[in-house]
Amino acid sequence: MGVDEKARIGVFICHCGTNIGGVVDVPKVVEYAKTLPNVVYAEANLYTCSSEGISKIKEGIAKYNLNRVIVASCTPRTHGPLFRTACEEAGVNKYLFEMANIRDQCSWAHMHEPEKATEKAKDLVRMAVAKARLLKPLEEPEIDVTPSALVIGGGISGMTAALCLAHQGFKVHIIEKGPELGGMLKHLYRLYPTMEDASEKLNPIANAVKSNKGIDVLTSSVVKQVKGFIGNFEVTVQRGNGENTNLNVGTIIVATGAVDFEPVGMYGYGRYDSVITQLQLEQLLKKGELKRPERVVMIQCVGAREEKGRTYCSRICCMNAIKNALLIKELYPEADVYILFRDLQTYGREYEGYYLDARRGFIEFIKYTPERPPEIVSELGGKLTVRVYDSLLGSDIEIESDLIVLSTPLVPHEEAKELSQVLKVPLGPNGFFFEAHVKLRPIDFATDGIYVCGTAHSPKDTAESVSQAFGVASRAAIPLALKHLRTEAITAVVDENLCSGCGTCVKLCPYGAIEKDDMGIARVTEVVCKGCGVCAASCPERAIAMHHFTDEQVTAQALAALGRTFV
Amino acid sequence: MSKNEGILVIGGGIAGMQASLDLADRGLKVYLIEKSPSIGGRMAQLDKTFPTMDCSMCILAPKMIECLRHPNITLLAYSEVQEVSGSAGNFTVKILKKPRFIDEDKCTGCGVCAQHCPVEVPNEFDMGLGFRKAIYVPFPQAVPLKCTIDEENCLKCGLCERICGAGAVDLDQQPEIVNLTVGVIIVATGFELFDSRRISEYGYGRYQDVLTSLEFERLLSASGPTGGHIVRLSDGRIPRRIVFIQCVGSRSQRGELPYCSSVCCMYATKEALLIKEHNPKCEVYILYMDLRVFGKGFQEFINKARDEYGVKYIKGRPSSIEKDPETGELLIRYEDTIEHGIREIEADLVVLCPALIPTRDNRKLAKILNIELDEYDFFKAEDTLLAPINTSAPGVFICGYCQGPKDIPESVAQASGAAARAAEIIASTPKGEVKNGSG
Repeated sequence: MGVDEKARIGVFICHCGTNIGGVVDVPKVVEYAKTLPNVVYAEANLYTCSSEGISKIKEGIAKYNLNRVIVASCTPRTHGPLFRTACEEAGVNKYLFEMANIRDQCSWAHMHEPEKATEKAKDLVRMAVAKARLLKPLEEPEIDVTPSALVIGGGISGMTAALCLAHQGFKVHIIEKGPELGGMLKHLYRLYPTMEDASEKLNPIANAVKSNKGIDVLTSSVVKQVKGFIGNFEVTVQRGNGENTNLNVGTIIVATGAVDFEPVGMYGYGRYDSVITQLQLEQLLKKGELKRPERVVMIQCVGAREEKGRTYCSRICCMNAIKNALLIKELYPEADVYILFRDLQTYGREYEGYYLDARRGFIEFIKYTPERPPEIVSELGGKLTVRVYDSLLGSDIEIESDLIVLSTPLVPHEEAKELSQVLKVPLGPNGFFFEAHVKLRPIDFATDGIYVCGTAHSPKDTAESVSQAFGVASRAAIPLALKHLRTEAITAVVDENLCSGCGTCVKLCPYGAIEKDDMGIARVTEVVCKGCGVCAASCPERAIAMHHFTDEQVTAQALAALGRTFV
Repeated sequence: MSKNEGILVIGGGIAGMQASLDLADRGLKVYLIEKSPSIGGRMAQLDKTFPTMDCSMCILAPKMIECLRHPNITLLAYSEVQEVSGSAGNFTVKILKKPRFIDEDKCTGCGVCAQHCPVEVPNEFDMGLGFRKAIYVPFPQAVPLKCTIDEENCLKCGLCERICGAGAVDLDQQPEIVNLTVGVIIVATGFELFDSRRISEYGYGRYQDVLTSLEFERLLSASGPTGGHIVRLSDGRIPRRIVFIQCVGSRSQRGELPYCSSVCCMYATKEALLIKEHNPKCEVYILYMDLRVFGKGFQEFINKARDEYGVKYIKGRPSSIEKDPETGELLIRYEDTIEHGIREIEADLVVLCPALIPTRDNRKLAKILNIELDEYDFFKAEDTLLAPINTSAPGVFICGYCQGPKDIPESVAQASGAAARAAEIIASTPKGEVKNGSG
């Protein structure tokens, strides 16, 4: 251990256009960097991340025989991998790279104090140099991938993903907790915007799944335990008969769907027979059991878009209400149908047209405000009177109705919580599965090898769920197609001589990467470890070290921050 | 000679890039073709993205570079598809590589030539608000980072040729034809903006301080024409009140576009938040028809804008915008449909949120690819519900905004979907030796 006396450090300092250069005196920082120990080269770049900047790094490595590279620019979270790969391509182990974030931490945080920002940038570069001198090359372990996938949930999303994966040549297992495939679409009558029969769309897909030799379907089954990691998941499935089945898969897709919120106690639901949900209405329509209503009132956002609680908009309810309203009109043209809404969500290319059709079809739309929501004011002879403040008219109106249909949001399955713990993937604030990055990784989890699609992710309609399902059929196929993967090199290492076997790390590890061996000593499964460092930080014996963040390296950085001489 | 496993991706925006990266990452050969000088698409022009307020370029740039550097991706920027023949599993594609008048191998993208070029033209990347030269790099993070000479505006004075240290300028460069054989084609041509001049009562084009949302986005951006300072273009003054107008040309029942563009309520809210972050004293109003809050975290984002930042939402569609000739203020007349009555509000800057429309080239491309368009020129899905990514032609897939209005995560997920569909075709195509590469 200790300083590599042969360390030849190159420092590349980014202007980021004016993002950094507009505040920090970059040339000054470059000159300063040149004075630091082991720094043999330093330069400024307009954008170090541009293809030009990347070639500058590579040229620098070749020309000055660099064996350590520092980039002082933005955040390693977005740009670290790019620079690391550049180092690797130029023959420097990518763990001999270090980054200083002089954008977020200097030019952005201190934009009105350019001199101090420049001084701080020098401090950060000095700290990076202090660490770089101590960096060691690391290797990423290679693992084999089991060329099969597990799809949890046999609704339209899960089946679409499974078929697509099977067509790509991979073995697929579908685990469905219910007795048969189909999910939410089994309960629906027609699907918007095409008004096609749900079972006519669903059945060919379900049959294709059943007859595909590459797909194994286990119904009445739930995932009980998942061990392992990307490429090598060991899944324990509990069957309906109580027996357990074990599966080995390379990737896992969560397509568990969502359920309809039951609005108990809202608008007399549960008290009056004539107050039902949209899903109940849909089932009456499907079975042909809807009795001729005189006047139907549909109320949107029941239990959705709340100030607290279910804060979200459930996306599908406006179109679903319009669809069902049109179906009622088709069946009973003389029935009056009112839709009481807050903001109509008839977004996109086709849905607005349905809204206009519905209006032309004499469906009444009344906009209410959340401050003055509709209420049921009286009941007489099975008829309920709804009072609503019509914000367009600017006055209260009362509608006597013999059928009140509540549009309630899709909510996560109760079992979502348990599954999230089994898979060690997070749920978001509203209880839906939470993706790795809202914008650019919308169907990945942060945990490698596990993906999400359909309404398990958030409310969405059939076409949107299907699009996402095809999406995960690509994401989950990438590792399977590659057959081998490289995993994280920045992992935890346990010093066996110091470990007391207290088990603190085993409990704390969010990835389940640590177990106690026969001797009671903590063991890290390297390929599962993500290098988060929770174990190292909490080990009472200080028996755990993190590769790339050793005590020695971190201490050297801290001392450099305090302006102490290099150790 | 290589196996016929190539995929052509048309359009280098976020959807095209995601589809390319998914396919390349699994070991398939991708040709990513982009008509403009750089990949990046619309997302490159954005300052931040809703509802997470991620810096758009910061999350996009690494992906752009990845597309450039990926050993399985061949990037063909400044190129257009001319002819396609064959069928799924075996398409022959003729591509026109337009002359940049620059030797790409020699150009370092240093931009010295642009400093000396005497011709200034409106910069497309800044929606015409700033200027670029006739020889230019469209934006600093452009990929590939190569100069382009815009033939239309170049005076052929030869100054750049003399100044270029790398000797990269080649004023005699000719268009090049590249012939490819691929198994699958993915179309991801994105969107354009409805021309707000068509709603003449809003004064766009007549009043300098009536901007489109994408122009305003460039104004917000640190890399934009004002370096991220929000000022009135007419007099450089810092605006005290900014009013957004939703559904300009969209949700229209009078001959413009009837559909909803899906993203405007949210990006207007994002831009409103950014105004408040730049200048908390600036008042911001959003005049809307219905707040479209249907995505994950959208309602919560609007709540935050309203409750924490004081952005004011008014349901109402303006009838006119007029400029007070003396004060320069813009007077917006609208009907408030909740508080009731015809109201007027003064603003010193108005941001129009125009309909987003399919790109003009879609018609040409639809003919070349023999695929169907809908009445608005979006590419038509084979089956709305179950095959939203397929087109009427087997082996040709669509994703992103060109398939229908959607936001970034929906485009990304669908792009991965297109990659999966492409991989299905490749997996089912008998592997034969096919002539491949440029000609």
